[in-house]
Amino acid sequence: MNHIRTIAKRELSAYFATPVAFIFIAIFVALSGAFNFYLGHFFDRNQASLEGFFSYHPWLYLLLVPAVAMRLWAEERKSGTIEQLLTLPITTAEAVLGKFLAAWLFCGIALALTFPMWITVNVLGEPDNAAIAVSYIGSFLMSGAFLAIGICMSALTRNQIVAFIAAAVTCFVFIMSGLDIVLGAFRGWVTPALVDTLASFSFLSRFSSLTRGVVDLRDIIFFASMMAFWLFTAVVVVDVKKAA
Amino acid sequence: MTVMVELDHLSRSFGELRAVDGINLTVNKGEVLGFLGPNGAGKTTTMRMLAGFLKPTSGTARVCGHDILTDGMRAKQMLGYLPEGSPTYDDMTVGAFLRFIAEIRGYTGSERQSRVDLVAQRLALTDVLDRPIELLSKGYRRRVGLAQSILHDPPVLLLDEPTDGLDPNQKHEVRTLIAAMAPEKAIIISTHILEEVEAVCTRAVIIGHGKLLADGTAEQLRANLPGGGSLDDVFRFITTGNAPQAAA
Repeated sequence: MNHIRTIAKRELSAYFATPVAFIFIAIFVALSGAFNFYLGHFFDRNQASLEGFFSYHPWLYLLLVPAVAMRLWAEERKSGTIEQLLTLPITTAEAVLGKFLAAWLFCGIALALTFPMWITVNVLGEPDNAAIAVSYIGSFLMSGAFLAIGICMSALTRNQIVAFIAAAVTCFVFIMSGLDIVLGAFRGWVTPALVDTLASFSFLSRFSSLTRGVVDLRDIIFFASMMAFWLFTAVVVVDVKKAA
Repeated sequence: MTVMVELDHLSRSFGELRAVDGINLTVNKGEVLGFLGPNGAGKTTTMRMLAGFLKPTSGTARVCGHDILTDGMRAKQMLGYLPEGSPTYDDMTVGAFLRFIAEIRGYTGSERQSRVDLVAQRLALTDVLDRPIELLSKGYRRRVGLAQSILHDPPVLLLDEPTDGLDPNQKHEVRTLIAAMAPEKAIIISTHILEEVEAVCTRAVIIGHGKLLADGTAEQLRANLPGGGSLDDVFRFITTGNAPQAAA
């Protein structure tokens, strides 16, 4: 447990060692605001709600979360520090979890800094604050699931760009798997049960039910098991490929 | 004599290539073992298996009695390891990096700081503790790598090419440090610089194509070559089969 904290601390300070972290946070906050006001027509809707704001989060995460995750293992492999790290008396799982928690906390900081939006909507009207709180938690959970995919892809390669693209594409498939663009490719030749299973993997539909303020335990378990699955896979990948 | 490191038919293959092929070896306390061999002979692969970075394909090794396969965590705690090229987190300062290592090694609070101060002093890093590692010269970086390997005062030290790329003064400093630590530890140094063997090692082994070819003191190794010669000649004779006349 202490090892995980030590590694997470080091990773988090590595994010802030360069201006990239601040640029990233600024972009996230600015884009999430811009999407809300321009694409989400925040004022025209004339509703005190952040549903429009949250509906763009999956798309923001699609680009930004793989960028946060891509360096986590690819850089260690490229610079050779993976040998230093994994010959310390720690387990691979501790290293993966430490890195994941640092990155997740980083996303959490970016997400928390969108709080002026929450204040704005409260000044303008009387929103359902419980629904907004649930949406924030849902958004945070979703970023964790994206990150776990990103870490796994980062462990597969020493090239950060490859890690970024592989993660973005995988995340895209999971966002879209509830929509016809993905389901249409399967309908007709696989059983309807399989199509339904595929649809149930959709980040978009899971997340949108949370943003309506509906706390369904199944959605939370879905994101949690997504993280568990991809982190476990990342541990296996690091163990198998570390010296390659 | 206490056996500190024991390699037991240690082998590792990469696909068809048998990089390390059934090496048996013991290293006792107080010994500085020079681990010699041409590039690609399997030195680094052997070191990596001992350090717990690579899994052996077959065979095993014990560090202070702890099997690297069944009791890997304990084995790692007994080891200080300087990987080849001494990779460190370049964006960290020397102090932050050493504090990170100390924390992983289980030191907290004032003990952590005193450990860091001690190794910094020992390797003359005190003046650069606040400098980012990426701005340091190669000699300093190597010393940072050494500092992290001896921070927890381990009974066994594995140093993969510790003086590679250093200038003569820095080489001398590193060797002096190794010699000073030698009586208390078992130290394995991989190198292809043969002067190093005579300067610090009490014993040397030569490997080639993953197999142990020779084992002994520098004197004993020289006896391998009919007619005698320098260690360079002996090395060439053992690893290629060419007598010095043929090589020249």
